[in-house]
Amino acid sequence: MPFRESPLEDLKVPLTWTAGAAVGVAILVAAFMLLGDRRDSLDEEAWGSIRNGFDRGAAAAGSVLAAPVRGVGDGFEWIGDYFGAVSENRRLKRELREMRQWRDTAVALRDVNDRYGTILRLKTYPEVPMVTAHVVTDARGAFNTTRLANAGTEKGIKVGHPVLSEHGLVGRVVGVARGVSRVMLVTDPSSKTPVLVDRTNARAILTGDGGPNPRLEFLRGADPVRNGDPILTSGDGGVFPRGIPVGVAVKGLDGVWRARLYSDRSPIDFVRILQFQDFSQLANQPGLSVTTVPALAAPVAAPVIPGSVVPGAPAPGAAGATPPGAVAVRPAPTAAAVPSRPVAATPRPRPAATAPAPVRRAPPATPTPTPAPVTPPPAAAPAATTPPATPG
Amino acid sequence: MTLSGSRGGRAARPLNPLTWLLLPALACLLATWLLAVPLRVAGLRLPEPVFAVVLAFAWALVRPSLLAPFALLLVGMVLDLFWGAAMGFWALSLLIGYAAVLVTRPLISGQGYVVTWVWYAGTVLLVLGAAYLFTMMDARVRPSFWAVASQALVTGLLYPVAGRLIDQFEEADVRFR
Repeated sequence: MPFRESPLEDLKVPLTWTAGAAVGVAILVAAFMLLGDRRDSLDEEAWGSIRNGFDRGAAAAGSVLAAPVRGVGDGFEWIGDYFGAVSENRRLKRELREMRQWRDTAVALRDVNDRYGTILRLKTYPEVPMVTAHVVTDARGAFNTTRLANAGTEKGIKVGHPVLSEHGLVGRVVGVARGVSRVMLVTDPSSKTPVLVDRTNARAILTGDGGPNPRLEFLRGADPVRNGDPILTSGDGGVFPRGIPVGVAVKGLDGVWRARLYSDRSPIDFVRILQFQDFSQLANQPGLSVTTVPALAAPVAAPVIPGSVVPGAPAPGAAGATPPGAVAVRPAPTAAAVPSRPVAATPRPRPAATAPAPVRRAPPATPTPTPAPVTPPPAAAPAATTPPATPG
Repeated sequence: MTLSGSRGGRAARPLNPLTWLLLPALACLLATWLLAVPLRVAGLRLPEPVFAVVLAFAWALVRPSLLAPFALLLVGMVLDLFWGAAMGFWALSLLIGYAAVLVTRPLISGQGYVVTWVWYAGTVLLVLGAAYLFTMMDARVRPSFWAVASQALVTGLLYPVAGRLIDQFEEADVRFR
């Protein structure tokens, strides 16, 4: 039966109202998606796999277009170099004169720093490995400023890794898949980066707002910042290592302190992704769980704490095995084997021979060679076991 | 079955969704992708208009449709994925603009070029205003006024594209003239 002759022939569908209802449904779907998105979480959210798949496709397509465009950009830069050669030459000569002075200062300061480090046995952070990548797409809107870089999980990149250009901090990785990482710039409205003012050590939060110069918020103290003060990452919170150059402080027309980013000096086409997670990765976690005691003046029999293990003594339950959670107490190493403790100007009095010896924690791993805890010789005097004491 | 929007005298000629929905959506996404190349000349970056506002304005003005809002939802989701926004961010902003144009459609239809352009500019402000509000609610930060204004300006300059799309299809279905 043809439709025109069916009983539904006279049914009038109010298309305008139906279209309005469709709009309402679509708005509801979009609103639920927006409310349900947990983009601020670093964990893999519900849309994570879809985002990663999309990013892989977008990066592949972007790479095709980015290569010739990069050539065009280099061509413009090459032409511009001719027009700006004289002024550039003068500027570089002036900077070179300043840099020579800074070089001499740096050499002197490095020497002093090395001496202090040796005397105080300071722990410095080890080199953080990094990966270089190309930027293949660039979102620059007022609401989202992210980029795709063509290196991903296959190179060990993880969410949260800081991203730098040759000039300074660019942002951090917020999504990663095989062959691609999504980098959220420090100018993104969702970006908040703990920074410090180099001159005053004042802390601030660098807050992106979609513009080229992010704000310096939560500045405290009297006169904490002036025009031209260098801004560095503070390392607070452990997301970024301390000391990465960010930019210089400038006061905006709205009276708000902002940072003029170093990374804005030139196009961000190559980036370096620091494989840095947080400060806990720098510590030798097994070493932190080992406690040591200083040498005793005379062998003393001490009570054994339940759950503690004396090296050489049979462990309860399993022969020679340390139960999980037990504190392994070892005899004290020699003074040279405890590198992390500051050397006091006047030696502290040694504890009485009969007093229980305090327990020291082994130092965390540092880039400087850290001696392993001293293992007692077989014929050594029996070590005392004492309750763990707070170091220092 | 008849449609309440039809008028007697002239036969209805429904639009082909491929030509008035799919192809413009693909063109819009292609343009967005092209302008996302990391190119900077003499310190200036390429502008980044929200091309999808053209679709939100033109589709609502051509005719009320069941498919158009969902097509706009899909376009918005692709933009969310491409620009790294929260899912639903651009979809909801665009649909708000689309709904506003759909409601005010009887007022705009048949108006001159300049009046329609002004209406389009209002739609741009509404869409970006919604995005501004959602960003404030999500990130607890006010986006830069100048950054939003520059994006609104370049998006507003796209009206000739929207006008061409409207001219091409508004006569196709006489029921909604």
